[in-house]
Amino acid sequence: MSSVIDVRDLRTHIVTRWGTIKAVDGVSFALGEAETLGLVGESGSGKSMTCLSLVRLVPRPAARIVGGEVRLDGEDLLAKSDAEMQQIRGRKVAMILQDPMSSLNPVFSIGMQMREPLAMYHRLRGAAVTARAAELLAAVRIPSPETRLRAFPHQLSGGMRQRVVGAMAIAGPPRLLIADEPTTSLDLTIQAQYLGLLKELQQRHRFAMIFVTHNLGIVARTCDRVAVMYAGRIVEIGPVRRIFTEPAHPYTRALLESIPRFGARRERLTAIAGQPPDLASLGAGCAFAPRCPAAFERCATAPSETAIAPGHATRCWLHARA
Amino acid sequence: MLRFVVFRLLQSLVALAILSVVVFILARATGDPLHMILPMNASEEDYANARQYLGLDRPYVEQYLSFVGRAVIGDFGNSIRARRPVIELLQARLPYSLKLAAFAMVVSLALAFPLGVMAAVHKGTGVDRAAQIVAILGQSLPTFWVSIVLVEFVAGRLQWLPAGGADSLASYVLPGFTLGWFVVAGMMRLLRSGMLEVLDSEYVKLARLKGVAEHRVVWVHALKNALIPVVTFAGIYFAILVTTAIVVETVFAWPGLGRLAYDGITSRDFPVIQAVVLTTAAIVAAVNLGVDCLYALIDPRIRYGR
Repeated sequence: MSSVIDVRDLRTHIVTRWGTIKAVDGVSFALGEAETLGLVGESGSGKSMTCLSLVRLVPRPAARIVGGEVRLDGEDLLAKSDAEMQQIRGRKVAMILQDPMSSLNPVFSIGMQMREPLAMYHRLRGAAVTARAAELLAAVRIPSPETRLRAFPHQLSGGMRQRVVGAMAIAGPPRLLIADEPTTSLDLTIQAQYLGLLKELQQRHRFAMIFVTHNLGIVARTCDRVAVMYAGRIVEIGPVRRIFTEPAHPYTRALLESIPRFGARRERLTAIAGQPPDLASLGAGCAFAPRCPAAFERCATAPSETAIAPGHATRCWLHARA
Repeated sequence: MLRFVVFRLLQSLVALAILSVVVFILARATGDPLHMILPMNASEEDYANARQYLGLDRPYVEQYLSFVGRAVIGDFGNSIRARRPVIELLQARLPYSLKLAAFAMVVSLALAFPLGVMAAVHKGTGVDRAAQIVAILGQSLPTFWVSIVLVEFVAGRLQWLPAGGADSLASYVLPGFTLGWFVVAGMMRLLRSGMLEVLDSEYVKLARLKGVAEHRVVWVHALKNALIPVVTFAGIYFAILVTTAIVVETVFAWPGLGRLAYDGITSRDFPVIQAVVLTTAAIVAAVNLGVDCLYALIDPRIRYGR
């Protein structure tokens, strides 16, 4: 099966006063049609920067994509011109941001913000745009869509606004949808509905989806595969079931142990010892080594990726051969 | 919205009423106008006659009530100095002041918008610094100096534009530019800081993610959100420009309200002072009301319910 998105050795650096930060440091993964990858890791591990790199919208001038390939249906996005890239954004690679309260423009109507991508992607004009915009709102189950088109963002609830953002995202429809913690700021019941909606839209349009989150419960329910990021690298990637039952990397294990489990007997939650790494002063070795209970001499050099089962790989000396 | 407008109009009337008392008292605090118009050798009797003729011998309350009573129907009495109805003086001057202020406003908006937006988009670069220098020069170079230099070079040596008067559209250019440039600095900095904040927002990020072209992101999505403080500022400065452009009016021989006010004050011409101040206040009130209505047009979150 050919992949929709194939990322190889992606590297994005940020230049700061304290030195160059390797925010994305050799990230590789591939996703097929209708497949969902969960991208998990602590804040600052490079999840969001990886996503922004895919659409080449890293915050300039500080951040810069310095290497790698991002192939969408075989074409390298990093080799495209700015004008070509603008045609791809939204239309082929769509994104949903974390906070629905701030991701819609407060001074324009929902209608204007919905019609804009439709006019750009499909050259629709006049009544046809409005009709299509209303259809899209209906597809994300917004009641009385024609009326909502005349509303302004502040007149809608958070869950409603995130649906509007979802409706814009499927206007293409895209080949890849990147959802950057789309449910973090929603109520629990609304969260579940929204996740269900995203999966339903994915079934209908067959887009690949990258789901950024630090909620492992959501990963278990929505993703086919998981990539665990630490300090700009994917330290473990594999099928959801294997990651949950046989985590290979000590960091993945620590993450799983820090989830509270219902019915577990009075067990204390395990926090991960130490602080998240300072990316500006990383050594040559494994970035997790200072906090790793299993660290040994070899961790002073960076481990490369080792496959431990079909589709399951990790960067850890514990699993390296010889 | 209609209720809001009516309420604000009533509010303005109250403010004007209070102001009429203040200006009545302050005008009389400048001294006796008769000293300015009667000859040095005038007798006590001449003074008494003149005072009676001008109605200045009547009790203050009576003078005030007659001033207000007539002002309501647009009659501000006669100018002590010019011996003509004040309303005629106003009618001759006010349109020129309004037109010059409007022209100056257009100039400053036309400069401030590109400068402020470009400075924000290219923050920290040479473009940013150059834009700030252009804006700050307008504010820090004294208006009288800019006026004189423009008269000397553009009107004098180059003979491109008229040096004074208000006869043709060309004569608006130099005074309008001088006044407009002065206002650019504040406006440009408000736009720059507003744009910087908005360009960093999530909705601008989402607009880019949707594939909206960068110029549209900047000039449509972001700009409308940065407009409110600029509209406020422009409103305040419009009212200021109408009435206090004394230096520019003097240098460019502009028949405006600023000169009228200045002459009225120096010759203790009570009716003129009162008329100019009340007209100014009415303009300020009208501009503020206009600005408030613009807010509601720009930002849908601002609605004046009650």
